Amino acid sequence: MTDQPNQHPGINISHARPEDGRHTEVTVFGFWTFLMSDAIIFALLFATYATMVNRTAGGPTAAELFDITNAFIETIVLLASSFTFGMGAVALKEGRVGGVRLWLVVSLVLGLVFIGLELREFAGLAARGATAQASGFLSSFYVLLSTHGLHVLFGCLWIVVMLAQISVFGLNRQVRSRILRLGLFWHFLDLVWIVIFTVVYLPAVAT
Amino acid sequence: MSGAWEGELGGHKVRQPVAEARHERRRYVWGLGFALVLTCAAFGLVVFKILSGPALLAAIGALALLQIVVQFRFFLHIDLSRSKREDLQLILFTGLLILIMVGGSLWILTSLDQRMIG
Repeated sequence: MTDQPNQHPGINISHARPEDGRHTEVTVFGFWTFLMSDAIIFALLFATYATMVNRTAGGPTAAELFDITNAFIETIVLLASSFTFGMGAVALKEGRVGGVRLWLVVSLVLGLVFIGLELREFAGLAARGATAQASGFLSSFYVLLSTHGLHVLFGCLWIVVMLAQISVFGLNRQVRSRILRLGLFWHFLDLVWIVIFTVVYLPAVAT
Repeated sequence: MSGAWEGELGGHKVRQPVAEARHERRRYVWGLGFALVLTCAAFGLVVFKILSGPALLAAIGALALLQIVVQFRFFLHIDLSRSKREDLQLILFTGLLILIMVGGSLWILTSLDQRMIG
């Protein structure tokens, strides 16, 4: 219930399964430390982008290039997949293996749709001459967006691995703990995306 | 999961894991709702040109910050009321590092930029 203290970030399932307790608390804290260092990497990529955004070297500018509709759809898809993963985490807490599988697959599909939309956007930009080599602005744009996109891709790979592990081992203690950490990773990627659409897409369209 | 292990939901006694799971599910639904509203507000401000200039940038920045707090609260289960504070302290320390490194970089480079052109 609400009055039980949380032992680690993300959904806590150890109240339902007391044997998970201490082990999960320690490994999740370790993973949380990694996520925070990852947040610093992203923050510095944002700083680089902010200093480079007007350095277009005579090439296309942010205002000319970015399509806000596409950015909005990407935002909704990623947010939806963050939510569906949450539903999977609830199913994990209830110990419903079918529910966990279903929601993991839905999150995976949404993650792949997001990557597809991003690749289509990149292809469209490249077709208009906006490649990473064109200017400092576009170099920093592609580095920032691809770093995030690669994180999503590895998240998808991780979901596939977890689906396989559920099939082989069932929802044993290690598998449960890994899914919890994957959940933190997945929600974290949506947090980074909030900053991406706020720093990259919205100001470009606003000016 | 014995019968003695009970929680309460809407005045009814139910097995605690069931009550907890319902509580958690509701939490994610609220999180999604808030996040959708904040996202649509940010995009709406830009698309319908409700604000402009620095006011617009400040508004979408504030909406983003709010949505980050909302997602921390509802999706990552981190807020001020929990007894376990290390995670929040780590976030705040990370925030401090980001502030120093990002703020410092922007400050130095903007200043350099102005002096090179001006």
